[in-house]
Amino acid sequence: MDNNHAPLLEMRNIKKDFFGNQVLEDINLKLEAGEVLGLVGENGAGKSTLMKILFGATDISETGGYGGEIYLNGEKVSFKTPFEAIEAGIGMVHQEFSLIPGFEATENILLNREPKRSNLIAEVFGERLDTLDRKEMDERAAKAIEKMGVSIDQHMLINSMPVGHKQFTEIARELSKDQLRLLILDEPTAVLTEREAEALLESIRGMSARGITVIFITHRLQEILSVCDKVAVMRDGILVQEVPASETNVDEITRWMVGRSIEGGASKTDVRIDENARTILKIDKLWVDMPGETVRNVSLEVKEGEILGIGGLAGQGKLGIPNGIMGLYAAGGSVVFDGKEIPLNNPRKCLDSSFAFVSEDRRGVGLLLDESLEWNVAFPAMQVQNRFLKNYLGGLVKWRDEKAIREVTEKYIDELKIKCTSSKQNARELSGGNQQKVCLAKAFALEPKVLFVSEPTRGIDVGAKALVLDALKKFNRESGVTVVMISSELEELRSTADRIAIVSGGKISGILPATSSVEDLGMLMLRGVI
Amino acid sequence: MTETKTFKDRVAASLKNFGLPRLIITGFLVLLLILAPFVGADLPTQISNIINRFSWNGILVLAMVPMVHSGCGLNFGLPLGIISGLLGATLSIEFGFTGRLSFLMAILIATPFALVFGTLYGWLLNKIKGGEMMIATYVGFSSVSLMCMMWLLLPYHSPNMVWGLAGKGLRTTISLEGYYNQALAGIGQINIGNISIPTGTLLFFALLAFGIWAFLHTKTGTAMTAVGSNPVFARAAGINVDKIRMLSVVMSTWLAAIGILVYEQGFGFIQLYMAPFYMALPAVSAILIGGASVNKATIMNVIIGTILFQGIVTMTPTVMNNMIHMDMSEVIRIIASMGMILFALTRKTEASR
Repeated sequence: MDNNHAPLLEMRNIKKDFFGNQVLEDINLKLEAGEVLGLVGENGAGKSTLMKILFGATDISETGGYGGEIYLNGEKVSFKTPFEAIEAGIGMVHQEFSLIPGFEATENILLNREPKRSNLIAEVFGERLDTLDRKEMDERAAKAIEKMGVSIDQHMLINSMPVGHKQFTEIARELSKDQLRLLILDEPTAVLTEREAEALLESIRGMSARGITVIFITHRLQEILSVCDKVAVMRDGILVQEVPASETNVDEITRWMVGRSIEGGASKTDVRIDENARTILKIDKLWVDMPGETVRNVSLEVKEGEILGIGGLAGQGKLGIPNGIMGLYAAGGSVVFDGKEIPLNNPRKCLDSSFAFVSEDRRGVGLLLDESLEWNVAFPAMQVQNRFLKNYLGGLVKWRDEKAIREVTEKYIDELKIKCTSSKQNARELSGGNQQKVCLAKAFALEPKVLFVSEPTRGIDVGAKALVLDALKKFNRESGVTVVMISSELEELRSTADRIAIVSGGKISGILPATSSVEDLGMLMLRGVI
Repeated sequence: MTETKTFKDRVAASLKNFGLPRLIITGFLVLLLILAPFVGADLPTQISNIINRFSWNGILVLAMVPMVHSGCGLNFGLPLGIISGLLGATLSIEFGFTGRLSFLMAILIATPFALVFGTLYGWLLNKIKGGEMMIATYVGFSSVSLMCMMWLLLPYHSPNMVWGLAGKGLRTTISLEGYYNQALAGIGQINIGNISIPTGTLLFFALLAFGIWAFLHTKTGTAMTAVGSNPVFARAAGINVDKIRMLSVVMSTWLAAIGILVYEQGFGFIQLYMAPFYMALPAVSAILIGGASVNKATIMNVIIGTILFQGIVTMTPTVMNNMIHMDMSEVIRIIASMGMILFALTRKTEASR
């Protein structure tokens, strides 16, 4: 081999943008055979996009492909589909299981690659009617499971397995492919118990010893340190650090993950923490059954007139808090506003108590995509507070007051600088940032006393981000409205909020002033992660 | 140069707005109208025919609007409302009302049936969100089948309605002569040569259409449109989505009941048994051809669609018959109307104004 000096995988200057929104910039990465790379970064840092590019996911090519080059064993490759990537020896285990529940582990492991024996019927009708060679299948599956170093029952049906074993079945499936040289594990330990996770780490070590390169994505930094040779930290689409795992520690990685600069970063001139402020909203023992964002036990006090930021990693339950309080997902516990208990699971009661909510799911919950901006802005206020209506026949007929609706919409179009052709334009036609502003306008039009804003800057560009955050801050400072802002971006919380509560494992792991250092907040974020 | 381009663009835009399929159908209808005199069909009679059929069918098509707005899709369960109307019609005659009064009474008697049936139907549709149209179809079918038995079994006695020999069980077709035949059409009817315009029926349609238009401009109507547009948004804005959907189904069912009574007064007969079975698809097709989609419909869609659909269905057989000199009207009518339905259903996703 003349190119045995070439690394197994080399990525050069990888770039990717989604419709002008740069998500990856100049990523350079080299991996040798048998090396284990730990890839960390906050949500939205670009880890998954990078892995998708490597694995040839179709949504990459559908959105205009990527820039830069990938070399596998010194050969330039560019995968259009995952099949090509698998062919070339790349395997990927996703967070979501892709297994057939009613099949045994063995069958899942060797699905569509089963060893077969020909028979009389197949001779006539073609190889699709070959018989499965069960004995050979058992042997091959057993070998893959053995390679993994964890024992699972290969004849157990998937739907009767604990989650951990499902995860192992997926890994075994990848390992059973003879050509496998590079395995990508996307947060495989997120669903595992501690013991199972330990077993998985052990199997990663085993794979590495067999010469398989592993890219391991996780939020549990301790695992990275114990199993990886190298740690790569991503932030905002840039590879910020790449160091041997032996030369770093959890604190340092945390800092690289969350901080733009170690010392404070954003100017913290306008933080108001009034110890004597009245508690306006008291949340006690709240649980919310929101899929993927389960809230287990949250108790929280919100002071009048403040901006309370709620942060935390994805899946830890921060999004469940506002969704549960506003009645969009089943919830329990108690929420007391201004001395009055607010009934849960009833969106109307919350709106009647002057709460407003800007959902993180802009297109699904936040907007009437096929209606005009006027409708989007005025609708909740019209339905909840009977505003923008003309009464006829002594209130029997409540007629839409188009003029008032247009006026209020135009007011917010001006105020929030919403880019649109007119107030009659359909919400679908606006860009993400402008849609977000419409969602804010909708909430502002309700003139709430407490405003919940969930992920206000998700999926919008930098310019729009600043505008949205400024609008929120202004709304709070000028109208004295209490704002609870949920965001995955610590920096954004630090620049906008007064206090920051961090949610981890469905519970509040701590509340700090917004002036606290990124490291302190980062430590809270990673504590109690499940 | 630029000006002509913008003009071209504007024409292209308005054409796109009107929708190519609608344009083709309109073109076809115009072609038929032009052809008619040449093949020996009397044009004024044909036009009069189209206007009349529009007046009979308009309200049945209008009945589609509320459910489309609330996101329940096209009301394939129209027969359920029609049955309420038929109950009103037959009971009104059974109770001995005659003339125009029998029409008014039919409406009054049909209303409670429509409200009860509509509520049950709405309750069912709220249980199966996402599969409304399929379930609605079968609600329509099964209610027709049930009523096929009921028409025989219910203790009707009016000699004008029951089978002559047995003295019980309703006939398949009941003449409205002496009851409410032309009850609305006769009001202010205008006759110019061979054209006769059923002013009363058209006004009645206009009244209901205005009612629906106005309703959609009220607070509740706005909520209904929002529920259809994005139910999650509506729920987050504190709307009781199920209640609004229920209301839309009841409205739709009631309009269907009124619609069939108006149809009968123009047609001159009550048709029972399997007749309601065939009423839903033409109405669905008409509104789709008018440019509505599964979750957007306007009054304009109703008017344009009904004229186009009924126009094609009446004109095609006449013109074709006269061209080939053979009586195939029934065959051609079926081919034309089913073809229209098929065509309309294939384009149910796109909406145009």
